[in-house]
Amino acid sequence: MSDANARIDEIVKNNDIVLFMKGTPLFPQCGFSSRAVAILEQLGAPYESVDVLQDMDIRQGIKAYSDWPTIPQLYVKGEFVGGSDIMMEMYEAGELHQLFIDTGLATQG
Amino acid sequence: MAMPASEIEEMIRAALPDAVVEITDLAGDGDHYAARVTSAAFAGKPRVAQHKMVYEALGGRMGGVLHALQLTTAVPN
Repeated sequence: MSDANARIDEIVKNNDIVLFMKGTPLFPQCGFSSRAVAILEQLGAPYESVDVLQDMDIRQGIKAYSDWPTIPQLYVKGEFVGGSDIMMEMYEAGELHQLFIDTGLATQG
Repeated sequence: MAMPASEIEEMIRAALPDAVVEITDLAGDGDHYAARVTSAAFAGKPRVAQHKMVYEALGGRMGGVLHALQLTTAVPN
């Protein structure tokens, strides 16, 4: 396991909800990351974010880690959930909220 | 750093011959697309796996040449 992979693994395992994104929730640097943030804000569950633009190793490493070619990437309870398109589909279907409820990260309502 | 919509469609169809591919050029600049791909090959597969099948069809262009492809996958009714 490479250094970047080990660091990513630690971040993913130590945060219930973590979004790897371009920029920060306050200043997203890409429309897809902005959309991912908006969905998480809407759901109101606390989440951690990692700005991949601040770290080249993580920016490249995260794509190998999940075998997923793009950023943002959402992880819940150590599992890769998807990018912004999947987040949007799941959000619209109520599945993302349900996932947070099922994993004890949000309450019904 | 752009790719014509027809090329995207051809590549997806080459990998998923039954696929119905609808592509929208979001910004009219040949660089920001939305694609809706409907294929029986997606049946029973989680969304991440479905999207990966499309990304694989695009042979590594996703995240590179193709920065902005908003993807929706579906199984035919």
